[in-house]
Amino acid sequence: MLVTPLWRDGGLHDLMPPTNAAPKRRSAGLAASLENPKGRTVLEKTGRTMLAKIWDQHVIARLSEDTDLLHIDRHLLHDLGGSRGLLDLKSRGLEVHNPELTFATPDHAISTAHGRAGTSKIGQELLTALRAETSASGITMFDVDQPGQGIVHVIGPELGLSLPGCTIVCGDSHTCTHGGLGALAFGIGSSELTHVLATQALIQRRPKTMRARFEGKLPLGVTAKDMILALIGHVGAAGGTGYAVEYAGSAIRELPIEGRLTICNLSIELGAKMGMVAPDEKTFEFLRGRPYAPHGAMWEQAVATWRELRSDPDAVFDREVVIDVEKIIPQVTWGISPEHVIGIDGHIPDPRAVDDPVRRAAIEAALDYMGLQAGAPIAGTPVDWVFIGSCTNSRLSDLRAAAEVARGRKVAAGVRAWVVPGSENVKREAVAEGLDKIFTDAGFEWREPGCSMCLAANGEVVAPGQRSVSTSNRNFVGRQGPRARTHLASPASAAASAIVGAIADVRTMGR
Amino acid sequence: MPKPFNKLTATAAPIMRSNIDTDVIIRIERLVGNSVRGTLGKWAFGSLRYLPDGSENPDFILNREPYRQAEILVTGPNFGCGSSREGAVWSLQEMGIRAVIGSGFGDIFFANCFQNGILPIVVDKSVVDGLAADIEATQGAGKVSIDLEAQTIVSPSGQRHTFEIDPRRREGLLQGLDEVALTLTRDDEIRAFQASDRAARPWIHFARTPA
Repeated sequence: MLVTPLWRDGGLHDLMPPTNAAPKRRSAGLAASLENPKGRTVLEKTGRTMLAKIWDQHVIARLSEDTDLLHIDRHLLHDLGGSRGLLDLKSRGLEVHNPELTFATPDHAISTAHGRAGTSKIGQELLTALRAETSASGITMFDVDQPGQGIVHVIGPELGLSLPGCTIVCGDSHTCTHGGLGALAFGIGSSELTHVLATQALIQRRPKTMRARFEGKLPLGVTAKDMILALIGHVGAAGGTGYAVEYAGSAIRELPIEGRLTICNLSIELGAKMGMVAPDEKTFEFLRGRPYAPHGAMWEQAVATWRELRSDPDAVFDREVVIDVEKIIPQVTWGISPEHVIGIDGHIPDPRAVDDPVRRAAIEAALDYMGLQAGAPIAGTPVDWVFIGSCTNSRLSDLRAAAEVARGRKVAAGVRAWVVPGSENVKREAVAEGLDKIFTDAGFEWREPGCSMCLAANGEVVAPGQRSVSTSNRNFVGRQGPRARTHLASPASAAASAIVGAIADVRTMGR
Repeated sequence: MPKPFNKLTATAAPIMRSNIDTDVIIRIERLVGNSVRGTLGKWAFGSLRYLPDGSENPDFILNREPYRQAEILVTGPNFGCGSSREGAVWSLQEMGIRAVIGSGFGDIFFANCFQNGILPIVVDKSVVDGLAADIEATQGAGKVSIDLEAQTIVSPSGQRHTFEIDPRRREGLLQGLDEVALTLTRDDEIRAFQASDRAARPWIHFARTPA
């Protein structure tokens, strides 16, 4: 029986021995946790972590004991911040340092309706500005309706722009997604974005290292999304703050690349701005032949280099967490932080059972916002909306998993369900397989690629008070629209909930 | 270029809920557009600060005197988690906030603060809780003093706490340094790195020729 902690209040105190204390292993439950008593160790080891190997290769200058000027290999721009950065640069009288390492696409503010109808005036202005400023700077832009357009974290891997061992930044916190290919990828703010445009480099403090090992065989109906939500539930939304996380273990090695991208995508939801998986034969097969991946002799040379990136067997991490995946069941969030997560057979936590008044008040606030009853089972909670999309779960394998549940069934009366493919290429491949037809026959709306209702920057919102099951990454207050109530889940669980009209256990919907 | 930060004595408001994310600090629709700076102060903490009808929520601390004048926020764990939106920092800055004190912040928010001359201070949760209690005991009338050079915080009752800060970042804040201009002074090093990296990893640098 899986015991997923119901609530963590940003602390790790019961898991983490204080620094300099002896390592302690938790014997029971989902996971064990260790901390390296030596503390920060990136550069001191004989065995090196993947992080240290990639990091050290990118150091242009050592600025202080723990801060370096790093070369940035790929800079991705989107419509929300891309033109702002380029205009900021222009106003300083500077030029883009390396336009050939910079790529742009509109995703955040464009409508996902057919023909992009409904793109707001301001969204249209941002698109126009992105076109003008990238063109003036010689930056490649993948424009709407063209192959290559899509959510920036979907197109990077899809086009082979994101490669093992490279540094990737973007003005978006889910840039950690690209770590699924073995890249060192992280989100940056507007000022850092301008810094990278101007210098192709970034000042960064070396993070601590954490390894999250997922061991065992994934049960039926349980996906990469469930694995990472379970980890967040366990370590908390601040559990990875200050760390770069390497995901490892037999269950990670078994995961296809798209699942690894989903895992790394949610790194920021456990507080870590970087997450990564060691590249292996699956990574190389995924990248072979992609438009921007190396080819010919250069491909062989690149792969030989990439094989050396994995952490050495004797590498020591500052913190280590081990997750038994055989104990994971489909996960769903109940509250307003991704750490508010329970198994689908779980019950909504009861604040009266919590002694700490601050934590009790926080649970009460979350339940009030979410309109949920303490102690009630989460399964069966009626829903108004289902959103299948976002940089977390909008790739072809995600759409296949949702379509497999939807095939031959109907969306429940009163539920609106959207499928928003992650990119133009994903959309075309899905159409070629007939997935769009499966969805529309079942009563889902099939849309154009973009970020859409994940963050509601383009005006596509869940109405106030309405309840959504979403395959995206954040159940924050108002994330999908003012007063919208979001439950995060996997694509299969979301599709099952659309059919049932309530939060549903996909394992009961076998054929 | 960020405004320099040295010493500050000001009203401080405790916002102790954990995991206040950057979506809560500033909603995304306020950030869509290239001319949003200067418009954000009134929208900071919108979902906490205003009721659904648009009127002020009298229960929210920053709607009460003297906390309306706060220039320091004392925050719960993991303040500023979530999205990388620098607009979260801009909105705090536009409402007059110059420093945030907490037991931990979202990594990207933390970095964005320094870029805008806002000082984020990390201290033990017990210190944060003590400060919050001390401020509340004076109903906000007692001021909090921060001295970046000395790396100290003094609570309304006179309790003095020291804090740690990355020396590079401390120097940057004290002087209001522009990182872009500083890094550009190393442009020959950047170009030398790229020249040697082109030989070592040509596939990184020839990305513009798709197969």
